[in-house]
Amino acid sequence: MNMIKAINIHKKFNNLEVLKGISLQVNQGEVIAIIGPSGSGKSTFLRCLNRLETIDQGTLEIQGDILADSGPDGQVRYATEAEARRICRRMGMVFQQFNLFPHFTVLENLIEAPLTVKGVKREEFVPQAEELLHKVGLAEKRDVYPSRLSGGQKQRVAIARALAMNPDIMLFDEPTSALDPELTGEVLKTMRKLAEEHMTMIVVTHEMAFAREVANRVIFMDNGEIVEQGDPETVFGSPSQSRTKAFLQRVI
Amino acid sequence: MEYILSILPPLLEGTVVTLQMFFSTIILALPLGLLLALARISRFKALSSAVGVYIWLFRGTPLMLQLLFIYFGLPFVPYIGVRLPDFSAAMVAFVLNYAAYFAEIFRAGIQSIDRGQYEGAKVLGMTYRQTMQRIVLPQVIKRVLPPVSNETITLVKDTSLIYVLAMNDLLRTTRAIVQRDFDTTPFIVAAVFYLIMTLVLTWMFQKLEQRYAVYDE
Repeated sequence: MNMIKAINIHKKFNNLEVLKGISLQVNQGEVIAIIGPSGSGKSTFLRCLNRLETIDQGTLEIQGDILADSGPDGQVRYATEAEARRICRRMGMVFQQFNLFPHFTVLENLIEAPLTVKGVKREEFVPQAEELLHKVGLAEKRDVYPSRLSGGQKQRVAIARALAMNPDIMLFDEPTSALDPELTGEVLKTMRKLAEEHMTMIVVTHEMAFAREVANRVIFMDNGEIVEQGDPETVFGSPSQSRTKAFLQRVI
Repeated sequence: MEYILSILPPLLEGTVVTLQMFFSTIILALPLGLLLALARISRFKALSSAVGVYIWLFRGTPLMLQLLFIYFGLPFVPYIGVRLPDFSAAMVAFVLNYAAYFAEIFRAGIQSIDRGQYEGAKVLGMTYRQTMQRIVLPQVIKRVLPPVSNETITLVKDTSLIYVLAMNDLLRTTRAIVQRDFDTTPFIVAAVFYLIMTLVLTWMFQKLEQRYAVYDE
């Protein structure tokens, strides 16, 4: 069974077609890096997977459950709101802008969703949350408000917060793009640790070194399409498409 | 000094009326304002538009006209016409009017919260209701404290409008004494009373703002 199965995904913003039939299957434990120029649709595609954006055509299947499916009439039918919530909860997401809850401390950010969504008991979950903070190297920041953290620390809290829901898949939407260059390392290190634990990950990124070293598969998107994909050595070392070559020449 | 002491009891009685009107209004208008704000941003166009018209009506006409209409005009309205006692009529007018202003303050506060907060909550599996209750509204409170404080202080002074219904609040009581004694000292005493009430409110809102200052955005 595929962790994620996306078939022929189309998405329009007004009249601009940003996804022109993307298909992707993700296996358990795979780390997929999506690269490409800005405006290529890579973030939009990621956001379609957990219905932050709705699709206009295609099929989305998460661990065998159908999230959205366009029937023969071309109309996309989504799962019911409750069902969609249940399906999408299995995918944790890390945003470029962190989106931590500023009125909660670091620990409260981690325990909020498990408590309100899953209904676990606070005293039962706090030790687990502390363990997660330890894992991302921020145990001592437990009772601090997010505004007191550096960008790299915020992003590590965001990763821990997503992991607190015990997801099967992690989606990263340009997780280091808002960070000062000297702070990207600590975030990438945390992500690398997750990859080593065989978390299924999809990472939209501009970090070519990270994509090359950590990903099992690299996908190059341009202009709403997947232009080329394969193992990192092939895509980076001997790309077959001219658009891939041109892009890699510009960024490396 | 002796004169001032002699007019204190009636002025205090007037102050009680003023405070009763103030507290009844604030206790009802704040939650009603929040409900109206949520309705105003609702996806259901009919509901949102209806609340838009409501807010336009109550912010667009004088509060005194609303007071007079609810007391004198409402009894003659077919079907819903009721004759309300003066205090209730005044309270209804104040609550409906202030709720309209609070609704706009809350709406602006809710819409000022970054879309990323909704997305952060959504990907964690939270429902719209949970997102509002746990993530959005607690942050809205911090942002709307200054304008709510403003409105609340205005309300203390607006309560003096109930003199048009011949209710003996602080200001009407004062005026009666001034006319009786041909002495304007009671005005000064009344001013001090109003200043004390607004000072307490200012201080309370300061405390609240300090409490919410533990986090930055």
